[in-house]
Amino acid sequence: MPKTAIQATGLVKWFGDGEAKTMALRNVSLEAQFGEMVYIVGPSGSGKTTLLSVLTGILKPNAGKVLLEDVDIWSLNSDQLADFRLAKIGFVFQDYHLFPRLTTAENVAIPLVLRDKDWGGSIKEAEKYLEVVGLKSRAELYPVKLSGGEQQRVAIARAIVDQPDILIMDEPTASLDGDTGVAILSFVKKTSSIRIAAFWL
Amino acid sequence: MKGILRLAYKLLVNDTAKFSALLLGITFAVFLMMFITSMFSGVMNHASSTVINIGAPVWVMDPSVETISNSVGMPDYVLDAVRSMQGVKYAVPLYSGGALVKLGDGTWQSVTVVGLDDTSLYGRPELLEGKIEDIYAENGFIVVKDAEFSKLENPRIGSTFELNDNRGVIVGVARVATSGLYGIPTLYTTYERAIQYIPNPRFTISYVLVEPKSASDIPRIKQQVEALGYRARTKEEFMKKTEDFFIYKTGGGTNMMIMTFISFIVGLSISGQTFYTFILENLERFGALKAIGTKSRDLVRMILFQATFTALTGYGLGVGGCVLLIYLAKLRLPSYAAMVTFSNLAVSFAMVVMIAAGSSYAAVRRVLKIEPFEIFRG
Repeated sequence: MPKTAIQATGLVKWFGDGEAKTMALRNVSLEAQFGEMVYIVGPSGSGKTTLLSVLTGILKPNAGKVLLEDVDIWSLNSDQLADFRLAKIGFVFQDYHLFPRLTTAENVAIPLVLRDKDWGGSIKEAEKYLEVVGLKSRAELYPVKLSGGEQQRVAIARAIVDQPDILIMDEPTASLDGDTGVAILSFVKKTSSIRIAAFWL
Repeated sequence: MKGILRLAYKLLVNDTAKFSALLLGITFAVFLMMFITSMFSGVMNHASSTVINIGAPVWVMDPSVETISNSVGMPDYVLDAVRSMQGVKYAVPLYSGGALVKLGDGTWQSVTVVGLDDTSLYGRPELLEGKIEDIYAENGFIVVKDAEFSKLENPRIGSTFELNDNRGVIVGVARVATSGLYGIPTLYTTYERAIQYIPNPRFTISYVLVEPKSASDIPRIKQQVEALGYRARTKEEFMKKTEDFFIYKTGGGTNMMIMTFISFIVGLSISGQTFYTFILENLERFGALKAIGTKSRDLVRMILFQATFTALTGYGLGVGGCVLLIYLAKLRLPSYAAMVTFSNLAVSFAMVVMIAAGSSYAAVRRVLKIEPFEIFRG
């Protein structure tokens, strides 16, 4: 496995044309190693989310190159890119985006199910990761029964259940109280020290 | 079930309120479509009851005949001519007409009288009571025991009535495959007695029933009958002719089509709207799935699976409900004019597939358009 998780060079991204043209990324380069945790900070509208989207193959840059584990992701077609994201990247969204009609364990199992693993096995695996985030006893509950911090931990369990190489977290503690935020931060630090390269927005 | 489809299934059925609304919409639409078309099929079946009950493979008639009940008398030479045609194994006359009978209590009752060929009794019904040869007895009639039976005061063997000032005696009680459309009892007798008892115009043969030597002879027989100035129709063609009459010349068919179409629109509206709302509510999560790495075609598969599952479940419930209602109705009214046919099932299935396709079309478009980047932006 390559040591460098992400290598981005000369990223340029703008939105709109003419007078409405807004430059979001201007010649951005960065590099992240496995086991490293990268924090991206900046004021609102500074292009943090755009950068993460470009780095993870969600938003195509106007210029520049992104190598994830030495793979030029923007040379892949859309199906290959989707497979690559599913296999290599774990996402924690700001608003969690848990399915309210699926139990906690079923929510966590989604990435495994999407990779064609059998349902029963996926749920068992998900329960293991719920134990990791301290929510095993909540496996059968629906997200609405969980607190914000617990939902965030479910989202993290979902992001790491398929053992991704890169973990992307978009303001994961934005809607949490201070203590819960610190606990989540500490938990992710522990996780990322294994071999994941984690991005924290 | 494959994991992704099970995920789609759980997303669908766990949203109990929307799933119930979707099912209700499709079930209701299927039920209405099935029921309306079944009623029409039942009416058509009853309208062709004599054709079905007599069962002759080929019927010779006046060209202007459109249904079994509006026969036009044909002269005797037609029977002789048909008998001498190539490909005809045998041919017999049939009388079919209406009459009034005077019952024991002095009341009058309309009846259908079917006069069978005296020699062969071709097309005779299955007897429940009595012996068929008794039809030759003086004033002998066989009564059909169907839903209209009671209108003749539940006659038994030996019961008498008056038909056009002639005495009639019940010598047998029979059952037939299909009851008539007009809610009047049916009496069977011999052809000669029928034309003797019932006042008729000059020509008395309602139909000539033909048994061809083989099915391949039918086109030739039809040609020869046509040359004679009459029409030969197979049993199925005659039933279709009757059906066409009701569809195109009475407005019944148009009404049925309008009602079926309205049911379709109701089903499409309810399920389309509910399914689209269901997708809209989960749109962000679908976007999240896309961001995680789900391919667009897998999302489309999920939506199509959800639509198909709902449609098929609703179809089953709608068909089941319709069959149950018809069954219950027939317990009370044995000659209730409704029947489920393969055509009804196929029409309803085609429409439910269209409802599912229409409902999922808008949802698929919406899901394909969502950008995972929007999910990141929150």
